Amino acid sequence: MAYPADFKYTKEHEWLKIEGNTGTIGITDHAQNSLGDIVFVELPKVGAELASGKSFGTVESVKAVSELYAPVSGTVAEVNEALGTAPEKVNTDPHSAWLIKITLKDASEVNGLLSAADYEKFIAEEQ
Amino acid sequence: MSASVEASEVRKTALNKVHREMGAKMVDFNGWDMPVEYPGSGGLIAEHLAVRNSVGLFDVSHMGDIRLHGPQALAAVQHMTMNDAAKLSIGQAQYSALLYPQGTFVDDVIVHRLGENDYLLVINAGTREKDFNWVRGSAEGFDCEVEDLSDNYTQIAVQGPNGWKTLQKLTDVDLTQVKFYWFTHGTVCGLPNTLIARTGYTAEDGFEIYVPADEATSARVWKALMDAGKEFGIVACGLGSRNTLRLEGKLPLYGHEISDSITAWEAGLDRFIKMDKGDFTGRAALEKQKAEGIKRTLVGLEPIERGIPRDGYKVFNLDGNEIGFVASGSYGPFLRKNIALAYVPIEQSQIGNEVAVEIRANRVKCKIIPVPFYKRPKKA
Repeated sequence: MAYPADFKYTKEHEWLKIEGNTGTIGITDHAQNSLGDIVFVELPKVGAELASGKSFGTVESVKAVSELYAPVSGTVAEVNEALGTAPEKVNTDPHSAWLIKITLKDASEVNGLLSAADYEKFIAEEQ
Repeated sequence: MSASVEASEVRKTALNKVHREMGAKMVDFNGWDMPVEYPGSGGLIAEHLAVRNSVGLFDVSHMGDIRLHGPQALAAVQHMTMNDAAKLSIGQAQYSALLYPQGTFVDDVIVHRLGENDYLLVINAGTREKDFNWVRGSAEGFDCEVEDLSDNYTQIAVQGPNGWKTLQKLTDVDLTQVKFYWFTHGTVCGLPNTLIARTGYTAEDGFEIYVPADEATSARVWKALMDAGKEFGIVACGLGSRNTLRLEGKLPLYGHEISDSITAWEAGLDRFIKMDKGDFTGRAALEKQKAEGIKRTLVGLEPIERGIPRDGYKVFNLDGNEIGFVASGSYGPFLRKNIALAYVPIEQSQIGNEVAVEIRANRVKCKIIPVPFYKRPKKA
Protein backbone atom coordinates (compact mmCIF):
# COMPACT_ATOMS: atom_id res chain seq x y z
CA MET A 1 0.00 0.00 0.00
CA ALA A 2 1.33 3.44 -0.92
CA TYR A 3 2.01 6.00 1.80
CA PRO A 4 0.24 9.26 0.85
CA ALA A 5 2.75 12.01 0.11
CA ASP A 6 0.54 14.65 1.74
CA PHE A 7 0.70 12.89 5.15
CA LYS A 8 3.37 13.25 7.83
CA TYR A 9 4.50 10.17 9.79
CA THR A 10 5.96 9.22 13.17
CA LYS A 11 8.43 6.49 14.14
CA GLU A 12 5.60 5.07 16.29
CA HIS A 13 3.66 4.47 13.04
CA GLU A 14 0.98 7.15 13.22
CA TRP A 15 0.10 9.33 10.25
CA LEU A 16 -0.99 12.96 10.40
CA LYS A 17 -2.80 14.89 7.70
CA ILE A 18 -2.78 18.68 8.07
CA GLU A 19 -5.60 20.85 6.68
CA GLY A 20 -5.33 24.42 7.88
CA ASN A 21 -5.34 24.28 11.67
CA THR A 22 -6.78 20.76 11.84
CA GLY A 23 -4.75 17.55 12.07
CA THR A 24 -6.26 14.15 11.27
CA ILE A 25 -4.54 11.17 12.91
CA GLY A 26 -4.52 7.49 12.03
CA ILE A 27 -2.17 4.51 12.04
CA THR A 28 -0.15 3.38 9.05
CA ASP A 29 -0.59 0.34 6.84
CA HIS A 30 2.64 -1.02 8.29
CA ALA A 31 1.18 -0.65 11.80
CA GLN A 32 -2.10 -2.41 11.06
CA ASN A 33 -0.22 -5.15 9.28
CA SER A 34 2.09 -5.71 12.27
CA LEU A 35 -0.86 -5.75 14.67
CA GLY A 36 -3.07 -8.16 12.76
CA ASP A 37 -6.87 -8.22 13.10
CA ILE A 38 -7.90 -5.09 15.03
CA VAL A 39 -10.84 -5.67 17.37
CA PHE A 40 -10.86 -2.70 19.73
CA VAL A 41 -9.97 0.99 19.62
CA GLU A 42 -9.93 3.23 22.69
CA LEU A 43 -9.94 6.93 21.89
CA PRO A 44 -10.05 10.16 23.91
CA LYS A 45 -13.14 12.34 24.23
CA VAL A 46 -13.74 15.55 22.29
CA GLY A 47 -12.03 18.39 24.17
CA ALA A 48 -9.20 16.26 25.54
CA GLU A 49 -5.73 17.84 25.40
CA LEU A 50 -3.01 15.89 23.56
CA ALA A 51 0.69 16.41 24.20
CA SER A 52 3.14 15.58 21.43
CA GLY A 53 4.70 12.15 21.94
CA LYS A 54 2.29 11.20 24.76
CA SER A 55 -0.20 8.34 24.67
CA PHE A 56 -3.74 9.30 23.68
CA GLY A 57 -5.37 5.88 23.44
CA THR A 58 -4.89 2.28 22.43
CA VAL A 59 -5.57 0.05 19.51
CA GLU A 60 -5.93 -3.67 20.20
CA SER A 61 -5.64 -6.62 17.88
CA VAL A 62 -6.76 -10.09 18.95
CA LYS A 63 -3.27 -10.71 20.30
CA ALA A 64 -1.86 -7.40 21.43
CA VAL A 65 -2.46 -3.99 22.95
CA SER A 66 -0.65 -1.08 21.33
CA GLU A 67 -0.44 2.49 22.61
CA LEU A 68 -1.25 5.39 20.32
CA TYR A 69 1.08 8.39 20.55
CA ALA A 70 0.19 11.94 19.56
CA PRO A 71 2.31 13.11 16.60
CA VAL A 72 1.74 16.74 17.67
CA SER A 73 0.02 18.62 20.50
CA GLY A 74 -3.56 19.80 20.25
CA THR A 75 -7.19 19.55 21.36
CA VAL A 76 -9.44 16.70 20.23
CA ALA A 77 -12.09 18.15 17.91
CA GLU A 78 -13.65 14.96 16.55
CA VAL A 79 -13.52 11.22 17.19
CA ASN A 80 -14.25 8.53 14.59
CA GLU A 81 -17.14 6.86 16.43
CA ALA A 82 -17.66 4.35 13.60
CA LEU A 83 -14.56 2.48 14.76
CA GLY A 84 -16.39 1.54 17.96
CA THR A 85 -18.50 -0.99 16.09
CA ALA A 86 -16.23 -1.52 13.08
CA PRO A 87 -12.58 -1.41 14.26
CA GLU A 88 -11.61 -3.71 11.37
CA LYS A 89 -11.84 -0.67 9.07
CA VAL A 90 -8.36 0.24 10.37
CA ASN A 91 -7.09 -3.02 8.79
CA THR A 92 -8.91 -2.71 5.49
CA ASP A 93 -8.34 0.99 4.90
CA PRO A 94 -5.72 2.32 7.34
CA HIS A 95 -5.02 5.58 5.52
CA SER A 96 -8.72 6.52 5.32
CA ALA A 97 -9.95 5.08 8.64
CA TRP A 98 -8.86 8.03 10.77
CA LEU A 99 -8.98 7.86 14.58
CA ILE A 100 -9.28 11.47 15.73
CA LYS A 101 -9.12 15.05 14.44
CA ILE A 102 -7.36 17.68 16.53
CA THR A 103 -6.98 21.42 16.53
CA LEU A 104 -3.23 22.05 16.38
CA LYS A 105 -1.58 23.84 19.26
CA ASP A 106 1.72 24.66 17.56
CA ALA A 107 1.97 24.17 13.79
CA SER A 108 5.77 24.19 13.94
CA GLU A 109 5.74 20.78 15.70
CA VAL A 110 4.92 19.26 12.31
CA ASN A 111 8.45 20.03 11.11
CA GLY A 112 9.82 17.27 13.33
CA LEU A 113 7.78 14.54 11.59
CA LEU A 114 8.75 12.20 8.75
CA SER A 115 7.82 12.59 5.11
CA ALA A 116 6.33 9.59 3.24
CA ALA A 117 9.76 8.83 1.73
CA ASP A 118 11.49 9.08 5.13
CA TYR A 119 8.89 6.81 6.70
CA GLU A 120 9.18 4.18 3.96
CA LYS A 121 12.94 4.18 4.43
CA PHE A 122 12.46 3.91 8.22
CA ILE A 123 10.21 0.84 8.02
CA ALA A 124 12.50 -0.79 5.46
CA GLU A 125 15.37 -0.47 7.95
CA GLU A 126 13.16 -1.77 10.77
CA GLN A 127 12.43 -5.06 8.97
CA MET B 1 2.18 2.87 18.23
CA SER B 2 4.62 0.77 20.12
CA ALA B 3 5.99 -2.57 19.11
CA SER B 4 8.93 -4.56 20.32
CA VAL B 5 10.64 -7.49 18.73
CA GLU B 6 12.97 -9.71 20.67
CA ALA B 7 15.84 -11.36 18.92
CA SER B 8 17.55 -14.37 20.45
CA GLU B 9 18.78 -17.83 19.57
CA VAL B 10 15.62 -19.77 18.85
CA ARG B 11 14.80 -23.36 18.01
CA LYS B 12 13.13 -24.31 14.76
CA THR B 13 10.80 -27.11 13.76
CA ALA B 14 11.40 -29.10 10.57
CA LEU B 15 8.62 -27.04 8.94
CA ASN B 16 10.29 -23.68 9.63
CA LYS B 17 11.24 -23.10 5.97
CA VAL B 18 7.71 -23.99 4.87
CA HIS B 19 6.20 -21.40 7.22
CA ARG B 20 8.61 -18.77 5.95
CA GLU B 21 7.88 -19.66 2.32
CA MET B 22 4.18 -19.22 3.11
CA GLY B 23 4.90 -15.74 4.43
CA ALA B 24 3.92 -16.53 8.03
CA LYS B 25 4.49 -13.91 10.70
CA MET B 26 6.96 -15.59 13.02
CA VAL B 27 7.35 -15.08 16.76
CA ASP B 28 9.59 -16.37 19.50
CA PHE B 29 7.33 -18.69 21.48
CA ASN B 30 9.09 -20.10 24.53
CA GLY B 31 12.36 -20.18 22.61
CA TRP B 32 10.80 -21.54 19.41
CA ASP B 33 10.56 -19.66 16.13
CA MET B 34 6.91 -20.34 15.36
CA PRO B 35 4.22 -18.97 13.03
CA VAL B 36 1.78 -16.74 14.89
CA GLU B 37 -0.44 -16.17 11.86
CA TYR B 38 -0.40 -16.44 8.09
CA PRO B 39 -1.45 -13.33 6.15
CA GLY B 40 -2.02 -15.73 3.24
CA SER B 41 -4.69 -17.51 5.29
CA GLY B 42 -6.38 -14.17 5.92
CA GLY B 43 -4.97 -13.66 9.41
CA LEU B 44 -5.88 -14.86 12.88
CA ILE B 45 -9.65 -14.49 12.75
CA ALA B 46 -9.89 -16.19 9.34
CA GLU B 47 -7.74 -19.06 10.64
CA HIS B 48 -9.88 -19.42 13.76
CA LEU B 49 -13.11 -19.50 11.73
CA ALA B 50 -11.68 -22.00 9.26
CA VAL B 51 -11.11 -24.46 12.11
CA ARG B 52 -14.60 -23.89 13.57
CA ASN B 53 -16.33 -24.19 10.19
CA SER B 54 -14.16 -26.51 8.13
CA VAL B 55 -10.46 -27.32 8.59
CA GLY B 56 -7.13 -25.78 9.56
CA LEU B 57 -3.56 -27.08 9.72
CA PHE B 58 -1.11 -26.47 12.59
CA ASP B 59 2.56 -27.26 13.06
CA VAL B 60 2.76 -28.37 16.68
CA SER B 61 6.18 -30.03 16.47
CA HIS B 62 7.41 -27.87 19.34
CA MET B 63 5.37 -30.05 21.70
CA GLY B 64 7.38 -32.64 23.60
CA ASP B 65 7.02 -36.43 23.49
CA ILE B 66 8.20 -38.67 26.33
CA ARG B 67 7.96 -42.46 26.07
CA LEU B 68 7.88 -44.69 29.15
CA HIS B 69 8.20 -48.41 28.56
CA GLY B 70 9.15 -51.43 30.62
CA PRO B 71 7.58 -53.79 33.15
CA GLN B 72 6.65 -50.98 35.55
CA ALA B 73 5.73 -48.29 33.02
CA LEU B 74 2.09 -48.21 34.15
CA ALA B 75 3.09 -48.00 37.82
CA ALA B 76 5.39 -45.08 37.01
CA VAL B 77 2.71 -43.27 35.00
CA GLN B 78 0.18 -43.85 37.78
CA HIS B 79 2.64 -42.48 40.34
CA MET B 80 3.33 -39.25 38.40
CA THR B 81 -0.09 -38.39 36.92
CA MET B 82 -3.45 -37.50 38.48
CA ASN B 83 -5.78 -39.31 36.08
CA ASP B 84 -6.21 -43.10 36.10
CA ALA B 85 -3.95 -44.50 33.38
CA ALA B 86 -4.97 -48.05 34.34
CA LYS B 87 -8.29 -47.40 32.62
CA LEU B 88 -6.59 -46.91 29.23
CA SER B 89 -6.93 -49.53 26.53
CA ILE B 90 -4.11 -49.88 24.02
CA GLY B 91 -4.83 -47.18 21.43
CA GLN B 92 -6.51 -44.83 23.88
CA ALA B 93 -5.42 -41.38 25.04
CA GLN B 94 -6.26 -39.44 28.19
CA TYR B 95 -6.00 -35.85 29.41
CA SER B 96 -4.00 -35.78 32.64
CA ALA B 97 -1.42 -33.75 34.55
CA LEU B 98 1.90 -34.04 36.31
CA LEU B 99 1.61 -32.49 39.78
CA TYR B 100 4.09 -31.31 42.37
CA PRO B 101 3.70 -32.67 45.91
CA GLN B 102 1.80 -29.41 46.67
CA GLY B 103 -0.93 -30.43 44.20
CA THR B 104 0.10 -27.69 41.76
CA PHE B 105 1.07 -28.22 38.13
CA VAL B 106 4.33 -29.31 36.61
CA ASP B 107 2.32 -29.42 33.37
CA ASP B 108 -0.77 -30.92 31.82
CA VAL B 109 -0.18 -33.91 29.53
CA ILE B 110 -1.90 -36.26 27.15
CA VAL B 111 -1.12 -39.88 28.07
CA HIS B 112 -1.29 -42.37 25.18
CA ARG B 113 -1.17 -46.09 25.82
CA LEU B 114 0.97 -47.41 22.96
CA GLY B 115 1.20 -51.04 24.10
CA GLU B 116 1.16 -53.47 26.99
CA ASN B 117 3.82 -51.61 29.02
CA ASP B 118 4.33 -48.69 26.74
CA TYR B 119 3.10 -45.10 27.22
CA LEU B 120 3.63 -41.79 25.40
CA LEU B 121 3.24 -38.48 27.25
CA VAL B 122 2.73 -35.43 25.07
CA ILE B 123 3.81 -32.28 26.91
CA ASN B 124 4.02 -28.53 26.34
CA ALA B 125 6.81 -26.85 24.39
CA GLY B 126 7.58 -24.19 26.97
CA THR B 127 8.12 -26.74 29.72
CA ARG B 128 9.86 -29.50 27.77
CA GLU B 129 13.14 -29.74 29.67
CA LYS B 130 11.50 -29.19 33.04
CA ASP B 131 8.86 -31.85 32.31
CA PHE B 132 11.38 -34.37 31.01
CA ASN B 133 13.55 -33.99 34.11
CA TRP B 134 10.47 -34.28 36.30
CA VAL B 135 9.27 -37.41 34.54
CA ARG B 136 12.71 -39.00 34.68
CA GLY B 137 12.99 -38.17 38.39
CA SER B 138 9.49 -39.48 39.08
CA ALA B 139 10.24 -42.73 37.25
CA GLU B 140 13.30 -43.45 39.39
CA GLY B 141 12.89 -46.68 41.33
CA PHE B 142 10.48 -48.06 38.73
CA ASP B 143 11.63 -50.68 36.23
CA CYS B 144 10.94 -48.55 33.18
CA GLU B 145 12.84 -46.68 30.46
CA VAL B 146 12.23 -42.96 29.95
CA GLU B 147 12.99 -41.68 26.45
CA ASP B 148 12.74 -38.14 25.11
CA LEU B 149 11.38 -38.55 21.56
CA SER B 150 10.58 -34.85 21.12
CA ASP B 151 13.08 -34.27 18.32
CA ASN B 152 12.11 -37.42 16.42
CA TYR B 153 8.71 -36.22 15.29
CA THR B 154 7.08 -33.51 13.30
CA GLN B 155 3.63 -33.20 14.84
CA ILE B 156 0.90 -31.80 12.60
CA ALA B 157 -2.64 -31.06 13.80
CA VAL B 158 -5.48 -31.26 11.26
CA GLN B 159 -8.35 -29.61 13.10
CA GLY B 160 -12.00 -28.90 12.39
CA PRO B 161 -15.14 -30.71 11.24
CA ASN B 162 -13.57 -31.49 7.85
CA GLY B 163 -10.23 -32.50 9.36
CA TRP B 164 -10.95 -36.21 9.09
CA LYS B 165 -12.06 -35.92 5.45
CA THR B 166 -8.82 -34.10 4.63
CA LEU B 167 -6.59 -36.68 6.30
CA GLN B 168 -8.65 -39.59 4.96
CA LYS B 169 -7.42 -38.83 1.44
CA LEU B 170 -3.84 -39.54 2.51
CA THR B 171 -4.27 -42.71 4.55
CA ASP B 172 -5.64 -46.23 4.17
CA VAL B 173 -6.80 -46.25 7.80
CA ASP B 174 -10.59 -45.89 8.14
CA LEU B 175 -10.62 -42.74 10.26
CA THR B 176 -14.30 -43.06 11.09
CA GLN B 177 -13.27 -46.05 13.25
CA VAL B 178 -10.94 -43.91 15.39
CA LYS B 179 -13.02 -42.45 18.23
CA PHE B 180 -12.28 -39.10 19.88
CA TYR B 181 -9.26 -39.45 22.21
CA TRP B 182 -8.20 -42.72 20.61
CA PHE B 183 -5.34 -43.28 18.18
CA THR B 184 -4.03 -45.84 15.71
CA HIS B 185 -0.98 -46.50 13.56
CA GLY B 186 -1.17 -46.57 9.79
CA THR B 187 0.30 -45.37 6.52
CA VAL B 188 0.01 -41.62 5.88
CA CYS B 189 1.45 -40.17 2.63
CA GLY B 190 3.21 -43.51 2.13
CA LEU B 191 4.86 -43.33 5.58
CA PRO B 192 4.16 -46.63 7.34
CA ASN B 193 3.41 -46.94 11.04
CA THR B 194 2.47 -43.27 11.50
CA LEU B 195 0.78 -42.40 14.80
CA ILE B 196 -2.66 -40.96 14.03
CA ALA B 197 -4.48 -39.58 17.08
CA ARG B 198 -7.98 -38.09 17.26
CA THR B 199 -6.87 -35.36 19.64
CA GLY B 200 -6.33 -31.62 19.49
CA TYR B 201 -6.37 -28.32 21.30
CA THR B 202 -9.08 -26.44 19.45
CA ALA B 203 -12.37 -27.71 20.98
CA GLU B 204 -13.13 -29.21 17.56
CA ASP B 205 -12.92 -32.68 16.11
CA GLY B 206 -9.55 -33.31 14.50
CA PHE B 207 -6.41 -35.39 14.23
CA GLU B 208 -2.78 -35.06 15.21
CA ILE B 209 -0.22 -37.04 13.25
CA TYR B 210 3.42 -37.78 14.08
CA VAL B 211 5.81 -38.13 11.13
CA PRO B 212 9.62 -38.34 10.97
CA ALA B 213 11.17 -34.96 11.74
CA ASP B 214 13.30 -34.51 8.64
CA GLU B 215 12.66 -31.39 6.58
CA ALA B 216 11.85 -33.06 3.28
CA THR B 217 9.35 -35.55 4.73
CA SER B 218 7.72 -32.94 6.95
CA ALA B 219 7.32 -30.50 4.07
CA ARG B 220 5.93 -33.22 1.81
CA VAL B 221 3.27 -34.24 4.36
CA TRP B 222 2.34 -30.62 5.13
CA LYS B 223 1.91 -29.80 1.44
CA ALA B 224 -0.06 -33.00 0.82
CA LEU B 225 -2.46 -32.06 3.62
CA MET B 226 -2.83 -28.52 2.25
CA ASP B 227 -3.67 -30.01 -1.17
CA ALA B 228 -6.03 -32.61 0.29
CA GLY B 229 -7.90 -29.91 2.20
CA LYS B 230 -8.15 -27.50 -0.72
CA GLU B 231 -11.75 -28.46 -1.52
CA PHE B 232 -12.71 -27.68 2.09
CA GLY B 233 -10.95 -24.32 2.09
CA ILE B 234 -8.15 -25.50 4.38
CA VAL B 235 -5.81 -22.81 5.73
CA ALA B 236 -2.54 -22.91 7.62
CA CYS B 237 -3.06 -21.76 11.21
CA GLY B 238 -0.60 -20.20 13.64
CA LEU B 239 -0.25 -19.96 17.38
CA GLY B 240 -2.56 -16.93 17.47
CA SER B 241 -5.66 -18.85 16.44
CA ARG B 242 -4.49 -21.89 18.40
CA ASN B 243 -4.73 -19.72 21.51
CA THR B 244 -8.14 -18.20 20.75
CA LEU B 245 -9.58 -21.61 19.80
CA ARG B 246 -8.44 -23.20 23.06
CA LEU B 247 -9.68 -20.21 25.06
CA GLU B 248 -13.21 -20.42 23.59
CA GLY B 249 -13.17 -24.10 24.57
CA LYS B 250 -11.74 -23.38 28.06
CA LEU B 251 -8.75 -25.64 27.45
CA PRO B 252 -6.01 -24.72 29.94
CA LEU B 253 -2.64 -23.25 29.01
CA TYR B 254 0.42 -23.62 31.22
CA GLY B 255 1.41 -20.29 32.76
CA HIS B 256 -2.19 -19.08 32.56
CA GLU B 257 -4.97 -21.38 33.85
CA ILE B 258 -2.48 -23.87 35.28
CA SER B 259 0.90 -23.26 36.89
CA ASP B 260 3.14 -24.27 39.77
CA SER B 261 1.07 -22.03 42.06
CA ILE B 262 -2.40 -23.27 41.08
CA THR B 263 -3.78 -26.61 42.26
CA ALA B 264 -5.71 -29.10 40.17
CA TRP B 265 -8.91 -28.45 42.18
CA GLU B 266 -8.61 -24.69 41.73
CA ALA B 267 -8.20 -25.16 37.97
CA GLY B 268 -11.54 -26.99 37.94
CA LEU B 269 -10.09 -30.17 36.49
CA ASP B 270 -11.99 -32.40 38.94
CA ARG B 271 -13.11 -34.70 36.12
CA PHE B 272 -9.47 -35.70 35.52
CA ILE B 273 -8.42 -36.13 39.18
CA LYS B 274 -8.83 -39.74 40.30
CA MET B 275 -8.45 -39.73 44.08
CA ASP B 276 -9.46 -43.38 44.30
CA LYS B 277 -6.84 -44.85 41.96
CA GLY B 278 -4.16 -45.17 44.65
CA ASP B 279 -1.40 -42.79 45.66
CA PHE B 280 0.13 -40.29 43.22
CA THR B 281 2.33 -37.23 43.56
CA GLY B 282 0.21 -34.35 44.81
CA ARG B 283 -2.65 -36.53 46.03
CA ALA B 284 -2.08 -35.87 49.75
CA ALA B 285 -2.05 -32.10 49.18
CA LEU B 286 -5.21 -32.31 47.10
CA GLU B 287 -6.93 -34.37 49.80
CA LYS B 288 -5.93 -31.81 52.43
CA GLN B 289 -7.12 -28.90 50.28
CA LYS B 290 -10.44 -30.63 49.64
CA ALA B 291 -10.93 -31.17 53.38
CA GLU B 292 -9.99 -27.60 54.28
CA GLY B 293 -12.04 -26.09 51.46
CA ILE B 294 -10.94 -24.77 48.08
CA LYS B 295 -10.57 -21.00 48.23
CA ARG B 296 -10.54 -19.92 44.59
CA THR B 297 -11.75 -21.20 41.26
CA LEU B 298 -11.57 -20.51 37.54
CA VAL B 299 -14.57 -18.71 36.05
CA GLY B 300 -15.60 -17.36 32.66
CA LEU B 301 -16.03 -13.61 32.28
CA GLU B 302 -17.82 -11.51 29.73
CA PRO B 303 -17.38 -7.73 29.86
CA ILE B 304 -20.65 -5.79 30.18
CA GLU B 305 -18.80 -2.61 29.24
CA ARG B 306 -16.24 -1.93 26.49
CA GLY B 307 -12.85 -3.54 26.97
CA ILE B 308 -10.81 -6.69 26.55
CA PRO B 309 -9.68 -8.34 29.79
CA ARG B 310 -6.24 -9.84 29.20
CA ASP B 311 -3.97 -12.14 31.14
CA GLY B 312 -2.50 -10.62 34.28
CA TYR B 313 -5.16 -7.92 34.65
CA LYS B 314 -6.49 -7.54 38.20
CA VAL B 315 -10.05 -8.50 39.15
CA PHE B 316 -11.98 -6.48 41.74
CA ASN B 317 -15.35 -6.90 43.41
CA LEU B 318 -17.84 -4.08 43.02
CA ASP B 319 -16.76 -2.69 46.42
CA GLY B 320 -13.34 -2.00 44.91
CA ASN B 321 -11.37 -4.77 46.64
CA GLU B 322 -8.92 -6.80 44.60
CA ILE B 323 -10.13 -10.41 44.53
CA GLY B 324 -8.26 -12.17 41.74
CA PHE B 325 -6.66 -12.07 38.31
CA VAL B 326 -7.32 -12.80 34.67
CA ALA B 327 -5.62 -16.01 33.51
CA SER B 328 -6.40 -15.56 29.79
CA GLY B 329 -8.52 -13.10 27.87
CA SER B 330 -9.14 -12.13 24.28
CA TYR B 331 -11.66 -11.33 21.64
CA GLY B 332 -13.35 -14.66 20.81
CA PRO B 333 -13.47 -14.73 17.00
CA PHE B 334 -16.23 -17.34 16.67
CA LEU B 335 -18.33 -15.95 19.54
CA ARG B 336 -17.69 -12.40 18.34
CA LYS B 337 -17.37 -11.06 21.85
CA ASN B 338 -14.64 -10.50 24.43
CA ILE B 339 -14.12 -13.34 26.89
CA ALA B 340 -11.76 -14.15 29.74
CA LEU B 341 -10.92 -16.87 32.22
CA ALA B 342 -10.17 -15.55 35.70
CA TYR B 343 -9.40 -16.78 39.19
CA VAL B 344 -11.81 -15.47 41.84
CA PRO B 345 -12.74 -16.52 45.41
CA ILE B 346 -15.15 -19.45 45.37
CA GLU B 347 -17.85 -17.53 47.24
CA GLN B 348 -17.91 -14.94 44.43
CA SER B 349 -17.81 -17.41 41.57
CA GLN B 350 -21.52 -17.95 40.91
CA ILE B 351 -22.89 -17.48 37.40
CA GLY B 352 -24.32 -13.99 36.96
CA ASN B 353 -22.12 -12.42 39.64
CA GLU B 354 -20.60 -9.10 38.56
CA VAL B 355 -16.95 -8.20 39.04
CA ALA B 356 -14.67 -5.50 37.59
CA VAL B 357 -11.45 -6.00 35.64
CA GLU B 358 -8.85 -3.24 35.72
CA ILE B 359 -8.01 -2.42 32.12
CA ARG B 360 -5.39 0.35 32.14
CA ALA B 361 -7.05 3.26 33.98
CA ASN B 362 -10.58 1.84 33.92
CA ARG B 363 -12.52 -0.70 35.96
CA VAL B 364 -14.56 -2.58 33.38
CA LYS B 365 -17.64 -4.44 34.67
CA CYS B 366 -17.84 -8.09 33.71
CA LYS B 367 -20.31 -10.81 34.51
CA ILE B 368 -19.52 -14.42 35.28
CA ILE B 369 -20.89 -16.66 32.55
CA PRO B 370 -20.95 -20.45 32.09
CA VAL B 371 -17.92 -22.20 30.62
CA PRO B 372 -16.82 -23.54 28.24
CA PHE B 373 -17.69 -20.46 26.18
CA TYR B 374 -17.90 -22.70 23.12
CA LYS B 375 -18.97 -26.34 22.74
CA ARG B 376 -18.79 -27.99 19.36
CA PRO B 377 -22.15 -29.08 17.97
CA LYS B 378 -22.86 -32.78 18.51
CA LYS B 379 -23.09 -34.78 15.33
CA ALA B 380 -26.67 -35.69 14.45
